[in-house]
Amino acid sequence: MQPLHRRIPWAVLVFLAAACVPWLGSRFYTFLATDIAILALFAVSLNLLLGYTGLVSFGHAAYFGIGAYTCAILMKTYGVPFALALIAGTANAALWALLFGAFCVRSTKIYFSMLTLAFAQIVWAVCFKWNSVTGGEQGFNNVPYPNMDWMDALPLLGGLRAGDKFYLVVLILTGIAFALIKRVVGSPFGRVLTAIRENPERAEFIGIAVQRYQLAAFVMAGAFAGFAGALFGIFNRGVFPDFAYWAKSAEVLIMVILGGMGHFWGPAIGAAMLTVLNQEINAHTVYWPFILGSILIVLLFAFPGGIVGTLSAGIARVRRRRDA
Amino acid sequence: MSLSFLLAQSVSGLTAAMFLFIVASGLSLIFGVLRVLNFAHGSFYMLGAYTAWQVAQWIGTFTGSFWLAVLGSAIAVALLGGVIERLLLRHLYGRDDLYQLLFTYALVLILGDVARVLWGTQQLSVPRPAGLNGAFEVFGAVVPHYNLFIILLGPALAIACWLLLSRTGTGRMIRAAAYDREMLAALGADVGKLYTLMFMAGSFLAGLGGALVTPVRSIVPGMDVDIIVEAFIVVVIGGLGSFWGTFLGALIFGQVLAFGILILPGFSIFAVFALMALVLVVRPSGLLGRPVKG
Repeated sequence: MQPLHRRIPWAVLVFLAAACVPWLGSRFYTFLATDIAILALFAVSLNLLLGYTGLVSFGHAAYFGIGAYTCAILMKTYGVPFALALIAGTANAALWALLFGAFCVRSTKIYFSMLTLAFAQIVWAVCFKWNSVTGGEQGFNNVPYPNMDWMDALPLLGGLRAGDKFYLVVLILTGIAFALIKRVVGSPFGRVLTAIRENPERAEFIGIAVQRYQLAAFVMAGAFAGFAGALFGIFNRGVFPDFAYWAKSAEVLIMVILGGMGHFWGPAIGAAMLTVLNQEINAHTVYWPFILGSILIVLLFAFPGGIVGTLSAGIARVRRRRDA
Repeated sequence: MSLSFLLAQSVSGLTAAMFLFIVASGLSLIFGVLRVLNFAHGSFYMLGAYTAWQVAQWIGTFTGSFWLAVLGSAIAVALLGGVIERLLLRHLYGRDDLYQLLFTYALVLILGDVARVLWGTQQLSVPRPAGLNGAFEVFGAVVPHYNLFIILLGPALAIACWLLLSRTGTGRMIRAAAYDREMLAALGADVGKLYTLMFMAGSFLAGLGGALVTPVRSIVPGMDVDIIVEAFIVVVIGGLGSFWGTFLGALIFGQVLAFGILILPGFSIFAVFALMALVLVVRPSGLLGRPVKG
């Protein structure tokens, strides 16, 4: 029998609690919760590379941006329905991840990071300059919400605002995505990725096609990032070149490190913390970068395992003392 | 397209290249020896520009005041680099590359805001030094004296550094550290001191570049992020840690930017990133670099 705290399905509880947010009646809470759900998925998708495969991508924002632009442009310019546009955005991000990733996985360590950065900057430059399609520097504005009238027919949901309805859509979709990623990392495929992280040479020796697995992880991470980006573009009502800029890639890296890359939910917790903190601090001062930088330094020196890593080490210590 | 126009374009490309070389050579030196990819290098460049402006304000204008401001700010930035290396960066050497990368990125965030608090967000500039105010006219193209000075300073600095690296005892130590630092440490050399020294030298070059650029470009927040991306491209094209590679990379970058605008307006920034990706794919160690150990 597992201990009690392991038998409780925490993820399901959090999901159910999050589903109640629209009925708190605050636009702000719904806004914050949508932001967190999407960015948490973005961070968890990066952790597929960083935490599970041991690849430091410095250009993960590229796929977030590709997903966002593809979905938004299809919906607004071509009137494609949301479901199709979302799939297309995800597929397009996966496609580019496959193309770029095929080159990236042939490089190692710092060269891998630099190459992911270079490709991401190419994506950024295209989004920035291709005025006729992406809106260039001004961004791609007034992205429409999907048609959510069908929700009115459901009990309880009739009176909700569009933002609240979209939040529920986001919550369900990200929930499915989290479940899929969790399945992947727990599968034999996920175990192979971990083996590659721990020791690529040894993995190669026992007959694993390391680069092919790395590429598969890269494509998967890119696809989920594109999925998150597509949702974010609609939530944000606009897509901007910043979505694909290297600073965005750094931001999501910080979320992963803050939460702790050694744990599945670590990056999601990091994303939630950083988003809430950002909101709180921006209300008081414009010097958010300074605070973020300081948090990062404290983290790197004092808590390299992130929030989850530090907590679980602490719990383990307490338990050892109790058992002793 | 007239000759004078082409000449003016290539001069502007060369000037940009030499500024970039001064900054990027510092980045390359630090990577070559410490194996740290320093995102904060652009921040040191920005601080160099701001301190040069500050020192120029304090000391007023007299013969040589510009050079004093430039030297003073480069030294100040070098000292700051030394302090950061000694107190903080040092403790991350044994750790994963990712932690060092994120540490230098944290510095970017912090130093950017510190500059905003100290100097505000308005554009600042420093007048050209008295002796280099004028301009030549070559085949109808106007070449300011100051630009010519920078174009000559770049190679002079390159040769000086090369002599230092290839002819002196310290240079030999630096090359040894870049080649195999464990072996150097095992032979009894004080690698820790060498690292601090190299980080200071790299920071000095960043500060120097920032200070020298003040007469021709305005000092604004965000100049740190702009230059670091360019410097990354340059060192990657030339070869991370390769000194002459950086020089070549800067020359290529300057000309691609200057002439890319003529061929494909708006897409020259795309072209340089594409070039960076191409080099990384075809020859990850760069045009003149050699493959890096572990």
